[in-house]
Amino acid sequence: MNFVRKNSVPLFFVALCGTGAYYSGLGASFLLNEIITRLARNSFLVISLIIPVLAGMGLNFGIVLGAMAAQLAYILVVNLEFRGFVGVLSTCVLSIPLSVLFGWLTGILFNKAKGKEMITGIILGFFANGLYQLVCLTFVGWIIPVRLASMLLPDKSGAGPGIGLVNTIDLRSVQYSIDNLWKIRITMPDIRNFCAWMGWDVTIPPSIPITIPVGTFLIIGLLCAGMYFLFRTKLGQDFRAVGQDRTIAEVSGIAVDRVRVAAIVFSTVLAGLGQIVFLQNMGNLQTYGSHVQVGTFAVASLLIGGASVARATVGQALLGTLLFHTLFVVSPQAGKNLMGNVQVGEFFRVFISYAVFCVALALHAWRRIRDRNAGDE
Amino acid sequence: MRDGMVSRGLRNFGMARSVIVVFLVYLLAHAFYLGLPMGQLFSSMLVRFGMNGILALAMIPTIQAGMGPNFALPLGIICGLVGGTAVIELNLRGATAFAAAIVVAVVLGAATGWLYALLLNRVKGQEMTVGTYFGFSIVSLMCIFWTLAPFHNKEMIWPYGGTGLRNTITLKGWFDRILDNLWSFRVMGVDIPTGTLLFFALFCLLMWMFLRSKTGVAMTAVGNNPRFARSMGLDVDRYRLIASVVSNALAAVGMLVYAQSFGFLQLYQAPLFMAFFAVASVLIGGASMKRITLSHVLIGNFLFQSVLVVSMPVANVVFSDNMSEILRIIISNGIILYALTRKEADAA
Repeated sequence: MNFVRKNSVPLFFVALCGTGAYYSGLGASFLLNEIITRLARNSFLVISLIIPVLAGMGLNFGIVLGAMAAQLAYILVVNLEFRGFVGVLSTCVLSIPLSVLFGWLTGILFNKAKGKEMITGIILGFFANGLYQLVCLTFVGWIIPVRLASMLLPDKSGAGPGIGLVNTIDLRSVQYSIDNLWKIRITMPDIRNFCAWMGWDVTIPPSIPITIPVGTFLIIGLLCAGMYFLFRTKLGQDFRAVGQDRTIAEVSGIAVDRVRVAAIVFSTVLAGLGQIVFLQNMGNLQTYGSHVQVGTFAVASLLIGGASVARATVGQALLGTLLFHTLFVVSPQAGKNLMGNVQVGEFFRVFISYAVFCVALALHAWRRIRDRNAGDE
Repeated sequence: MRDGMVSRGLRNFGMARSVIVVFLVYLLAHAFYLGLPMGQLFSSMLVRFGMNGILALAMIPTIQAGMGPNFALPLGIICGLVGGTAVIELNLRGATAFAAAIVVAVVLGAATGWLYALLLNRVKGQEMTVGTYFGFSIVSLMCIFWTLAPFHNKEMIWPYGGTGLRNTITLKGWFDRILDNLWSFRVMGVDIPTGTLLFFALFCLLMWMFLRSKTGVAMTAVGNNPRFARSMGLDVDRYRLIASVVSNALAAVGMLVYAQSFGFLQLYQAPLFMAFFAVASVLIGGASMKRITLSHVLIGNFLFQSVLVVSMPVANVVFSDNMSEILRIIISNGIILYALTRKEADAA
């Protein structure tokens, strides 16, 4: 019973995903393939949220800035026409200084808004998005020169390149360069012949080969191991100490503000790398859209995995990503089959990703107040 | 003594407000220099001031009660939209339609505000974050409602193929500009939307009276110092509930006033970010996360909306088409960030 109460959120979503998968009518191999792809694509981003949670700063909605750094790096790399693995590698190298800068600024801002980090992070994401649009839409091609004319929006007269980056930037030159490092294909046995032979009258969609991007998963594994070791270093212990109690940490000689900035810098850099992994799989960059939902989706994934505002593990991040993206895959079809409308499933999924945040936060705040009241008496 | 008052007055006027005033003056000068139709600009400034006023006014109760700005404004806004679509479904027109829509909106707004307060009273200290995501989740939940609800009026549902209500419903022939055109007149090329301004003034007066009533004073006391208020025998949760109810009902009315000026009801994702603009406008007026007065609403609403109105044509001539939208995002979120990082010492 205790197990159920402790894991009520993930269990609820397991049930929801199961129901959705059943009603979606999608084939098992298709579903598995989609989920594996999405797990490889998104896990890195979700894991990047963990350090600030443990440092007591809540869910870092500021990872949107890391995603922006990654996208700016991609834009530069495409502009320089770097290709393949070299292209992705140079994107990583270029994104890190940008992420460090953004993370550092975010950290300073959060230190000025202690206790309000989350709402500050949400608003900061919107604000930074405004600045990002300002740079990409009006500065690029005007103040910032671009090599490739194809990256610019056409001029108003349609004669030549104008000002501002195009809405979609093609990343085919670097697509799958991490995924393809090592890829395994597994074909599930086709059970249709078996069913026919047995005389069962069931319709099963044809089995398709499942592709596993082992290279990407290895990198994610490396990140998990890195997190494990980080929390065994002095800095990692400082993160935890600050997360448990700022005043006590301060008294015991930890430079709290600096540790908090470091936590955000780590998170932002990892988010940037995560967005690079994400985009090399997608193969195109929505210049004005790819980063917008990064924060919300990553936070929702982590919470669905059973994490709270004050506690999160790598396992919860992975489980949450799995469940959230299963819901992503099945909800349009399930919505269509249950309600006769694809959009309803889509709206429902969006609702869930926002609502889970509300519920998780409410539960957390509730628990904290209860603890405080218990302490008073 | 007088010196002290002047310098304090300047300090109180605030950096954010001064920057925006300078920016507005510059924009106006630039618009004049570009030869834009100034009469039209001033008319739109007045209309925008009136149409957004009540939405900004909805920030007063929650800030005064210590709950921060009402980031869950979409909840009330959606109640207004439900009121608006309901009267069109009933085929009401003109002032009757508008009045009926307001009644529906206020009832729904108050009821949902009451329910929302039950949640908020459990998450003290996290009202802003919870409010933001509560607003978002309600907007997406209502997307399902707009798709599936049994509306039949042909002017609201998709003409063929799709199911559910349209994204944008025109109010032409229903209650389009019903307040704007009431007693409106023209002075020196400027159209005065008398009805909208008077309606806003009425609500300002009501708010003024509410804040000075026994309930209003108690609500402010709860916001200033909950512990002290509790020791005085005030029921903190009850006053927070009242603040949420009033704020949400105002948001619902505010949305209808907005819609009649705008000429359309915008459904689905449209209300998603409306809260941020209302929050930003009162903060520009000089409000903080803990203290707000009626003058903050009036000044802030006027400055913010005017900057938006004037920046649009100026930016379109000087820069690209998207410039004014980008400006709106940067200004509104920048001011909220500024307010979040400000030490609240001045509020005491």
